[in-house]
Amino acid sequence: MSVNEDIKYDAKLDGILDAATGAGTGKSRSLGSVVTLCLLAVAVVLPFVAQGFVVFQLTMVMVYGIAIMGLNILTGFNGQFSLGHSAFFAIGAYTAAILMESFGVSYVWTLPAAGLTAFVAGFLFGLPALRLEPIYLALATFALAVAMPQFLKLTPFEHWTGGVQGIVILKPDAPFGLPLSQDQWLYLFTLGVGFGLYLAARNIIASRTGRAIQAIRDNPIAARAMGINLSLYKTLTFGVSAFYTGVAGALSAIVVQFVAPDSYTLVLAVAFLVGMVIGGVGWLPGSLIGGAFILFVPNIAEGVSKGLSGAVYGIILLLIIYIAPSGVGGLLHKTADYFARRRK
Amino acid sequence: MELFLQQVLSGVANGAIYASVALAIVMIYQAIHHLNFAQGEMAMFSTFIAWQLMQWGMPFWAALPVTVALSFAGGVAIERIVMKPIEHAPVLTHVVVFIALFTILNSAAGFIWDFTIKPFPTPFGTAPVLGNGLLSAHQAGMIAVVLVMLVLLYLFFRYTNTGLAMRAAAANPASARLVGIRVGWTTALGWGMASAIGSVAGMLIAPVVFLEPNMMLTILLYGFAGAVLGGLTSPAGAVLGGFIVGVVENLAGTYIPVVGPELKLPIALVLIVAVLVVKPSGLLGRRTVQRV
Repeated sequence: MSVNEDIKYDAKLDGILDAATGAGTGKSRSLGSVVTLCLLAVAVVLPFVAQGFVVFQLTMVMVYGIAIMGLNILTGFNGQFSLGHSAFFAIGAYTAAILMESFGVSYVWTLPAAGLTAFVAGFLFGLPALRLEPIYLALATFALAVAMPQFLKLTPFEHWTGGVQGIVILKPDAPFGLPLSQDQWLYLFTLGVGFGLYLAARNIIASRTGRAIQAIRDNPIAARAMGINLSLYKTLTFGVSAFYTGVAGALSAIVVQFVAPDSYTLVLAVAFLVGMVIGGVGWLPGSLIGGAFILFVPNIAEGVSKGLSGAVYGIILLLIIYIAPSGVGGLLHKTADYFARRRK
Repeated sequence: MELFLQQVLSGVANGAIYASVALAIVMIYQAIHHLNFAQGEMAMFSTFIAWQLMQWGMPFWAALPVTVALSFAGGVAIERIVMKPIEHAPVLTHVVVFIALFTILNSAAGFIWDFTIKPFPTPFGTAPVLGNGLLSAHQAGMIAVVLVMLVLLYLFFRYTNTGLAMRAAAANPASARLVGIRVGWTTALGWGMASAIGSVAGMLIAPVVFLEPNMMLTILLYGFAGAVLGGLTSPAGAVLGGFIVGVVENLAGTYIPVVGPELKLPIALVLIVAVLVVKPSGLLGRRTVQRV
């Protein structure tokens, strides 16, 4: 199976990042920064013009976006598959919920705790995953996704996890007496965390470590010959990826105010995968587009037809894939290519 | 000992279900080198077609070939209409298309035939064959059909020109094209065959688990596990893997105390992953060597 080649094909998407947000040189870099800043400004203003529920939805888009970003680091840049990221999302969500409910920890401090717990889980899981080829890795992560909800329901842990019932959390108020509603505050909080994580991911990818991670994706044997410690980098990437998804899980627990085992099934893992492909594998900003897709499209499908909502969802998905076989990122890349060629 | 034997036998009977699905999975893997997540829903849809034909008064043995033929045509049609336009897209895009097919088929079946559970007739009867109800006639018949399908497939791939062409096209599409094999059509043929095998599997499974749009969900998971365990390159391995998964799942449920019915699947999957860590290409799979 030529998985690696296919991902290499996706790797071209890195270029779009340069074109769209400007990691490139000179003019394109400043243009990219301007675009990023404009988008950020719009994002900050948004909760003050939108309705309460829409603000909640947009917050969830960002939460999913962060989770997909985690998956993207693993798949898009390191070439490892995962159908099990719902499990790391669940680990993050439960860590946050248990810390808040049983230990009275402030929600802000649950995020690093959730991220670190997920990091350790991801790192440990990455160890056996080292020996598995892509398709078997898919199966192993898949097992993780299937096992997680059952694991959370186990009686011995019921004291902490609340069993099937889950845990209810209180929504935090805006700090320092800021005149913001809870939804608005959580939106801005998520935006800040998400943007910080995005910048961190971009810097990791652009660093020496990031190049090592990508070299492993492109050609593991050559990477090893260059002196890259394959096992270390692969497990570390797994850990970092889980960290992102874990933080997203914690945010989702705080935003939704509720965790329960059945929110974190295989369906969620599949949704992350779909979101990543729709946004563009190996293109970080695409994660946000993927987050929007998995939040809004099922609702749209339901709106078109109640009985056939699954079929409508599937058809929308197919149409997007036909228009953009390598996601929105791939489409942008192609368009940019086309205009660049016309200018010449 | 009695309990052990009973659990093994009932595991074998469940295993026959997984084996038939695993066989269909390996078939399509041979043709396109992808795991098809929509496989189970395709089989479920075919089974509904058979049910509909019987509702219209067709006897089982007449409905079977009609369903198989329709499923074959359906499989070819899906390949031609849905997969062909994106054949050069990345693997993950294909996976997403499988997910799309999955939801479309599932939702369409629920819309046409609704989500109520329907009984499905068995052609073999339910009389016990072995001991006191250890193995029913239907389970024995199911195992026999799976083994017959396996032999037929082996003969097809080993001794017919078309089978050889299909293997060649999967192994090396570029070279296969150069020697005059129409690779596009062998792929379509692979989809058709997988769909046809899936329809037979669905009709065998439906009497046991009853017919409803979600009937294949867990079975497909076990089928995947079986196929991967046995080695994705080997139909015989898939069947063996399916049986092993059935037995392991049953024994784990019986003998490991904390494992309730809920944890059976995770345990089975963990055992399989453990096997794969030791033997990465599956039990009977060929070790593929890549050129640097």
